[in-house]
Amino acid sequence: MVYLTRVEHFNAAHKLYNPDWSKEKNDEVFGKCANENWHGHNFELYVTIKGEPDPESGFIFDAKKLGGLINEKVIEKLDHQNLNVDVDFMKGKLCSIENLVMGIWKELEPHLPSPVQLHCLKLVETDKIFVEYYGGK
Amino acid sequence: MDKKVAVFRKEHFNAAHRLFNADWDDKKNMEVFGKCALPNYHGHNYELIVKVVGEPDEKTGYVMDLKQLSDLVEEKILERFDHKNLNLDTEEFKNLNPTAENIAIVIYELLRPHIPKEKDLQIRLYETPRNFVEYPAP
Repeated sequence: MVYLTRVEHFNAAHKLYNPDWSKEKNDEVFGKCANENWHGHNFELYVTIKGEPDPESGFIFDAKKLGGLINEKVIEKLDHQNLNVDVDFMKGKLCSIENLVMGIWKELEPHLPSPVQLHCLKLVETDKIFVEYYGGK
Repeated sequence: MDKKVAVFRKEHFNAAHRLFNADWDDKKNMEVFGKCALPNYHGHNYELIVKVVGEPDEKTGYVMDLKQLSDLVEEKILERFDHKNLNLDTEEFKNLNPTAENIAIVIYELLRPHIPKEKDLQIRLYETPRNFVEYPAP
């Protein structure tokens, strides 16, 4: 089994805000991330797949094709968008990177051709903050 | 002999913005600025490098105390721009397009009065790891 990672990036605005709470409570919990007029990040997305190299191509999956798929299914929906407002799969969800990475998994995973398996998504929000998700609950 | 030394302080801030010229219609804005003009904003992790050039002080050995420079950047720049929407939340970009170029010029002008006159100041601003600007241009 070999693991292959493709890195893509997108820039987006968001805010951390729970509409069921008062502004004061949101400020208390989310601090300046709750700024009502949004802030933003350069996000880096690491997509790791796993599988056995194909005997003819030597690839688990063509990394260029993987890049194309990530762009088509995920990056086009996220890049230069407002994550709270513009992204269909984040509607009604709190816009944390935890929820975002789980949403990205659902968007991407069904489009990987068998027998390629999605192993891990790593989503980097800043140099100091990132999440990893391996699927499941 | 010229004993000038350049010292640098690196800081960062996260902000939302959009590129938009209010004198143009939406079609023209999209044509020129592409997806950077989208109405609901997008955002960046801005990396800011402040460069100060001068001769080290005879008594301290410092061109400038980097802790003081850090405090200055925090007070004048980060408090103003971090986790803000540059178009909506800042006075500086109410009527100025918040391109990396203009942000660098604004940062320079905010800091310049607080840096000793005999020292040179230069701003390098990364909007993404691949796009960055410098002001004044060397």
